This record gives sequence, C-alpha cells and structure tokens, in this order.
Amino acid sequence: MRALANRPLVAGCLITALVALMALISFLWTPYDVTKLIVADRTQAPSLTHWFGTDHFGRDIASMIMVGARNSIAVALVAVGIGMGAGVPLGLFAAARGGLLDEALMRLNDLVFAFPALLSAIMITAIFGPGAINAIIAIGIFNVPVFARVARAGALSVWPREFILAARAAGKGQALITVEHILPNIANQLLVQGTIQFALGILAEAGLSYLGLGAQPPMPSWGRMLFDAQTRMTIAPWMALFPGMAIVITVLGLNLLGDGVADLLDPKSRRRR
Amino acid sequence: MTAYLAKRLAIAAVTLALASIVVFSVLEIVPGDPARVMLGMNASEAQVEQLRQQMGLGGSPMQRYLHWAGNLLSLDFGRSYTYSVPVIDLIAERLAVSLPLALIALALSTAIAIPVGLYAASRRGRAGDAISMGAAQLGVAVPNFWFALLLVYLFAVWLRWLPAGGFPGWSAGVWPALKALLLPALALALPQAAILARVTRSALVDVLSEDYIRTARAKGMPWRKVLWRHALRNALIPVVTIMGLQFAFLLAGTIIIENVFYLPGLGRLVFQAITQRDLIVVESVVMLLVATVIAVNLIVDLSYALVDPRLRNRA
Amino acid sequence: MKCWTSFLAAAAMATVFSLPAFAARTDLVIGIPLEPPHLDPTAGAAAAIDEVLYANVFEGLTRIGPSGEVLPALAESWDISEDGTVYIFKLRSGVKFHDGSDFDAEDVKFSLDRARAEDSVNAQKILFEAIDTVEAVDPATVKIVLKHPQGAFLYNMGWGDAVIVAPESAGANKEKPIGTGPFRFENWAKGAAIKLARADSYWGEPAYLDKVEFRIVPDAAAAVPALLSGDVQAFPFFQPDGVAQIEGDPRFKIEVGATEGETLLSMNNKKEPFDKLQVRQAISYALDRQAIIDGASAGLGTPIGSHQSPASKAYVDLTGTYPHDIAKAKELLKAAGLENGFKTTLKLPPPSYARLGGEIIASQLREIGIEAEIIPVEWAQWLDQVFTRKDFDLTIVSHTEPNDIDIYARKDYYFNYDNPAFDKVIGELNLTSDEAKRNELLGQAQKILADDAVAGFLYELPKVGVWDAKLEGFWKDAPIQANDVTKVRWTD
Repeated sequence: MRALANRPLVAGCLITALVALMALISFLWTPYDVTKLIVADRTQAPSLTHWFGTDHFGRDIASMIMVGARNSIAVALVAVGIGMGAGVPLGLFAAARGGLLDEALMRLNDLVFAFPALLSAIMITAIFGPGAINAIIAIGIFNVPVFARVARAGALSVWPREFILAARAAGKGQALITVEHILPNIANQLLVQGTIQFALGILAEAGLSYLGLGAQPPMPSWGRMLFDAQTRMTIAPWMALFPGMAIVITVLGLNLLGDGVADLLDPKSRRRR
Repeated sequence: MTAYLAKRLAIAAVTLALASIVVFSVLEIVPGDPARVMLGMNASEAQVEQLRQQMGLGGSPMQRYLHWAGNLLSLDFGRSYTYSVPVIDLIAERLAVSLPLALIALALSTAIAIPVGLYAASRRGRAGDAISMGAAQLGVAVPNFWFALLLVYLFAVWLRWLPAGGFPGWSAGVWPALKALLLPALALALPQAAILARVTRSALVDVLSEDYIRTARAKGMPWRKVLWRHALRNALIPVVTIMGLQFAFLLAGTIIIENVFYLPGLGRLVFQAITQRDLIVVESVVMLLVATVIAVNLIVDLSYALVDPRLRNRA
Repeated sequence: MKCWTSFLAAAAMATVFSLPAFAARTDLVIGIPLEPPHLDPTAGAAAAIDEVLYANVFEGLTRIGPSGEVLPALAESWDISEDGTVYIFKLRSGVKFHDGSDFDAEDVKFSLDRARAEDSVNAQKILFEAIDTVEAVDPATVKIVLKHPQGAFLYNMGWGDAVIVAPESAGANKEKPIGTGPFRFENWAKGAAIKLARADSYWGEPAYLDKVEFRIVPDAAAAVPALLSGDVQAFPFFQPDGVAQIEGDPRFKIEVGATEGETLLSMNNKKEPFDKLQVRQAISYALDRQAIIDGASAGLGTPIGSHQSPASKAYVDLTGTYPHDIAKAKELLKAAGLENGFKTTLKLPPPSYARLGGEIIASQLREIGIEAEIIPVEWAQWLDQVFTRKDFDLTIVSHTEPNDIDIYARKDYYFNYDNPAFDKVIGELNLTSDEAKRNELLGQAQKILADDAVAGFLYELPKVGVWDAKLEGFWKDAPIQANDVTKVRWTD
C-alpha cells in the first residue's frame, strides 16, 4: 500500500512498462515495415495513416520509434549488466580483502573515471567500428567503476555489523559471507544505481548514435533519427519532435522509478520528502 | 599531513603514467594510416612511406612511446600532423573557447540550480517543491544536443538574437564572442542545473532537519535568515563537490555540443583529430583532460582532508 | 506547413527593412565544409586549400575559368613552337606580391623548379612531369621546354598546385600565404575561419568585395541554420541533404551545376560472388536510380549508365542498359545459383551521398534477397581498407577527377577489374590525339564497362551552390574545386 502512495514510483513504473511494452510489441507488429524505404512518401506530416509522420526516406516514424525503443533498451540494459557483472564483484572483493588490494582496485577505478567517457567511446568505435555492440561495450566499461564504488561503499558499511561478526564467529569464510549476507544487504542500493545507470545509458546511446557511432541502419535508433531530422527542422519538425520526446519520456520514467524505489527502500529518504 | 600529501601525489603520478600507457596503446591499434590520409587517393606508396618517416612514425612502438612520454614530461607535445604547428599552440587556441564555455555553463547552471534548490527545500512537500523538482526531473531527461537544436531554431533562426554557431574569436570583441558562446552554454547548463538543483535541495533538506536549525528557529530567527545564513552554508559541501565533477565533465563532455554549434573547441579538435588520424593531437588532448580530472579529484580530496582530519587516516 | 512558410516570409521582410539601403554590402561570409590543413596549394592534396586560396590569393601562369576553359593569368600571352615542345610565356608587368615584392620571370622559374624537384611535396607532381627546362629569358619572359608535346600543358599550369610563389615567402605559405591575387590573406582562426581582404596593389580589375571570410561549417545540419540565421551568406558547395529546407525560400538562390564526380556503387570484381557477371548485373537491375537521387541528393543529379560525365562530348547514354527491374534481377541471381540471395557488406565513407545513398541501396538490394550490412567508415579507414587493401564487397564513392575512365585499366586499382579488351581500348586512346577518334574510343570503353556491370553506375554528383539571392558572380559548375570570389558582389 505504501508503494501505491508513492507517486514517483507509480508514474515511473507506468512509463517504463509502457516503453517496454512498446518495444516488445515491435517484435510482433509495427504499423509499417521500418526496413523498407519508400522514398516517394518522404517527409509526410503526421496524419491518420502515419501518426507521427514519415522521415526523409518515407519510413513511418511511429514504427521507427517502436523499434528504436528495442535498441535503446537493449544497449542500456546490457551496458548495466556489464557494469554490474564486473563492477559488483570487484567492489565486494575490494571491501572484503581491504588493504593493498583494495587500494589498487580503487586506483584502477579512478583511472577509468579519469577518462572522459564520451571521448573514450568515440575512440573505441574508431578502432572497432561503429555499431550497437561497440556502443554497449563503450558505455558498459564506464559503468564498471560506478558499480564497483557503490558495492564497495555498501559492503564496507555492512561488514562491521553484528550479524556479520556472528557469521564470522560461526566460521564462515569471506566469500560465503559476502554472498550470503553482504550482497542481499546492498541489493537495494545496487538496484537504485542500476535504474540511474540505465537512464544514463539511454542518453549515452542516443548521443553516440547521434554522432553516427551507435546502431547502424536498417536498425532505427532514436539518436540517429534526431541526426537525420536536423537538416529538416523547419519543413519536417515532427522528425525531431517525436524521437526527442521518446528519449525524454523514457529517461524520465526510469529516473522516477529510481527515485520511487529509493524512497520505498530507504526510510531516511522518505522522511526527507 | 605531509605524508598524506606525498602519498596522494604519488598515486596521482602513477595514475597519470598508467593513463599514458593506455592512451598510447589504444591509439597504436587504431586502424588507418595518417600519412595516407594526408596524401589522398592519388599518392604513390613511396610518397606515403616518405611522409611516414618525416612524421616520425618509424621505429618500434616502445621507442616511440618512450620518446613521446619523455617529451610530454618536458611539456613538449610535438607537432600536429595535419596542421603542422605545435600541438601546444593548438590546445591553447582551443582552450580559449572551451574553458570560457565550461565556465559560463557552470555559472549558468549554478545561477539556476541554487535558487531552485533553495525554493524547493523551503517549500518541502508543497506544490512549489513538486513542480520545481518535476521540472528538474525533466531537465535531467532531456538530451542536451536535442535541446541545443531547439535553442538554435528558436533564438538564431526565428528570433535572430544570437548566432546559430561558429566562433568569431576573442579578437572580434568580447561581446560577439560571448554571444556565440551563450546558446551552447545554455544547452550544456540545463541538464547540469537540473542535477545540481536536486543535490542542493536534498542537501538543504538534510541540514534543515539538524538540531541547530531547530534551535535557531526556536530562538525566533526569521526563516529566510535561517535558510541563507545557516542552512545554505552548511549544505554547500556536497554542492561544491558536484560542481567540481561537473566542471571536469563540461571541459571534456562538450564534443557533441561543439559539433552542433561548430565551435572550435577542444572537443571538436580531438573529434576531428581522431577521424583524420592526427594521433599526436589525440594523445596530447586526452592526456591533458585526464590530468585535469586527476588534479580536480586531488584538490577535492585534499580540501576534504583539510576540513575533516578523520579522512586523512581513512584514505 | 502554411504557418511555417508565412513565419519565414515575415522574418525575411523584417530583414529587408532592417538593412540600410544606401550602399551595397562589401563583406561576405562563405561556408566551407572542411578546414584546410594548411594554406599552401603547392604542398597538399586537400581540396579545401584551393577552395579558399585558388584565384583569390594565388595565381598561376594560366587559370581555369568557370566552364573549365584555360584563361591567361600571370602570363599575358604565349607562343607554342611547331612541334609543341617549347612554350614562351609573356608575363604581365606591374604585378606585385602581397608583401610588396615584385613578380618576375625568376619567380616563375623558382616555383616550377620547386614543384618538380626530387624532394618536392607537391601533391600533383604529374602535372610537371613533361617539363624539361624552365628558363627566365628576361624579367617578363619565360621559356619552358617540354620533353614531349603535351596537349594539356596549359590546362595543367592553371591548377592550384601550379600557382606562382615568391622565393622569399614560399617557406611560410602554409601559415601566411603570400600570392599575387586580388585578395590578400588576413588571418586564420584555426578551426573557425580564414579571413581575406581586398589587395589594393592588385594588377587587374579589383574585386567588388573588400572582406571575405571563409567559415568552416562542417555539415548540412549546421549549414542550414547558419544560412537561415544570416550568419553565413553563401555555400558554394552545399550538401544536397540540406536543400529541402532552403527550397522555396525567396531569400536564397539555389544553383545546380555539374561536377566531374561519377558516383558509383563499387563492387569488388575479384571477390565472390561479385566475380560473377550475373550477380553484378542483378545488382545493377535492382538499383532504382531515381529513388537514390531523390533520397540521397534531393532529386538533383543526372543518372549515369557508365563512367563518363554527361557533360562530356564523349558521353554515351547507357542508362538503359540495366533499367530498374526486380524480376530480371531475381532471374539473374537464380541463374548464378544464388536463388536465396546472400549476405554481404557495404562500406560507406562519410559524405552524405554515400551514407544516405547506402541506406537506400541496402533497402533496394534487400528486395532481391541480398542482405548488405552497412559499415560506416571514416576516410582514413576507407583509404586503408577499401582503396589500399581492397578488403571490401561493396562501397559507394564519387570519383571526382575529370576524364578518369582509365582507372579501370589500372592494374591493382581497388575495383579489381581486369579486362584485356578494355585495356586495349585505353591503350589505343593514349596514343590517339584526333578528337573524333578519341571520343569514339571513349564510347567503346564506356560500353564495355556497362556491359561488364563493373560497378553500379548511379549518378553524376551535382554541384549545389546556395547563396543569398542578392549575391551574384559565383561559379555554377565546378570544373575544379575552387571558390573564385573575385567577381562576386551584392546587388542591392
């Protein structure tokens, strides 16, 4: 019941579910085929046949946004997966061992942090070529130190607690304690950070595809749709309007969801509201 | 404190050295031959090879790394392949755009964020809070290049108040130069302001629940005075930390915005240098940015340690 | 739609009334897409160098005019010996370099000897290949002896790579170019703009404009608002992608001219399955040129059926060889044993004709079952992978050199095309000087290329110039890559 009274949570859930649903439906059905270019139908204004109009190649923008959602979600989600998969074990390991190892791992973290993310992503795509997979890698790498930091900080605050001391007294090893006790206790923080990085990933993917470094045609992507719209801002403003709104709404939904989850799980922040 | 300082400096130096190895190795494997790019389709293999030698691209990678790193230490950044001028001059020219841009964006974002944060905190739980924080949520979600496009069409194409892009140079006068930086700075500032407003609000809310604030209120101090004199001052630490991080981001993260407004800044320099395989420029600029971030972090860490002695032992 | 146009019209009116109407403007900002790497036309291949400096700052013995004709420049006139190997150039008198020094025959000798020297960094050394000796007979006369007669010699001397520089300033031209032209170099804000000012010491008719700024505006996305906001008043080389938004706006004039650029869907003729004639023909049938021109080039550009500019006298219209015919294309694929289509790659360099055209072509190939994966590459990678190492299946590129059909006869050229019959025609062509006979041979060559479906011949790249409607004097065509602004003026 508390969850229902939490307005950001409700709004965030709704929006996110809607976007996810849109992406899922696009696997089965879209109003038009987005891989088929009908140049003769280019830049048509929104109408009953094309709700959001058509682009410079005569593709249906509504359909492209649906399929583009798939791309945005996939890239951002896998990038979060990479960040969590590599960052969380690193952070937990550093917290458990402490000492020189902890220091070394955290300095390595700082090293990655010191690189300007977008610039590095551009260099990565310059080497391996642009594409969705390389965009995922580029975004994912920069998620690793984020999750490592959150996991380490969370774990460090849990280690001194009594129940951990009890578990140690019972003869459990570091690895076992980490998996059985530490991880469940920091899961909430990781979840909140996960939604934040998810939202940032959507924005980062849009930026990379805007520069032409993300998913390649015929796969539509929101960022590249905005790039294509730029030269037609006054004659076909719908080409810029709808993909831009899709990005804003999706990121907004995820951020609201993150806030909502944080409120729900952290009594202190609820008091603050 | 001296030991602490020495340790932090040593760590920073090692990080920088590691970064230089990473940068050098990454650029070693970038495909594409800078000499071929410069000479184009009609040049012969022999001509290309001759230019390669001239540009100092011969020798083993190890030799070239040591040569490059050694030069960096003596602040000799080498010469750009494409512009054939010293890289340091190029960087200086570009910083004359990027640095003011980052500073204006930071100033704008602070000027928007602090009042909004203050307002929201003082109206906590009421409609004003909900509306301003809702707006902040929206601001965080807007991609800055999209916002930039809208700004260009509104202020440059329709209203014709400000130029659509380009940079006349500071020699053309301070006002024309500032005008050229205003829209890009605004586009950069909006998402940053939204983040900063949220941080300001939550820091203030934390401070406002402290006992000494209640005491001040109980003693009959006016609300406005409490807010400005006590709460804001104490909430500044997290706010300033975020600002420091944002400055580093603004200096390096402007590639897309500099492209939209075709500003001759550091971001576009390095973006172009990557596509033209002007590797020496890429190496130098990336190292400079990395060094800046490391320096900012070092300063933030040290100032914390000055404020809070307990941190010295922890780190 | 309507409200957009009326808004623009209102904006246009506002501009008209806010401008003082007394005297014609004499300043101009021109947008160029690429920044020159340096400012010495005799030391680099980049077209961007000539786009700023050719005819404006630097002049040669001859110059190339708006329609590709050879005109006198620093040489007032010339005599050619009977056998075509001795050229005597009579130089113009009273010509000064922008640093105040006098121009004479020694400068010509210096410039040409420097360009053809062993250690020369000139990007077009081939232009000077025929020169045997250069002699300054007296300050106003130069005698050039050729190793063999060369029909194109006067044309060659008009290239940007053959401009005359002074010995005292040549070394510094990369940063501070000193020439003899109607404009002198003022300053270069790197990454932003290059400024020129009228040279008062100019020997010829003075230019109308007194200040010209070449501003670097990298892409169509930035060029459109720059133009609409009035920041930049002319784009002599405008990307067709931006035309849609300028069309119908009375403030601007769009002039479409010809280039020498044959835009091709190049195929790797030695790589499977493109080594099969039927496959190449199937692809040619699958292409809908009009859709490609509409989608990638704003409907501008002339379809071609082989490798020759439609503006050329030797042009043969072969666009009917492979009309758009999907059924026929599928039939041919079936005959080649590829009934179910195949997967391949399409590497696209940065220009918008390639990136946009590539999307359309990939979609058209999909219709006959060919899945072409789009791989965008930068020029650096394109030159390395496609041009040098021939590691590609399909690519799109415009071949902008004039009269370059002989590239198909070059061994080791990136098409990997090898046909002795074609080589024979080109061999004969090289030995023929009679124009009618040459045109006939060129026609044969075009026919062979079309029959062999060596590449997907798409369209002749247009030169799209866009500028303020009150400006006149720009070149319509692009016989060479240059922005000659010496005759440009404001008309109000």
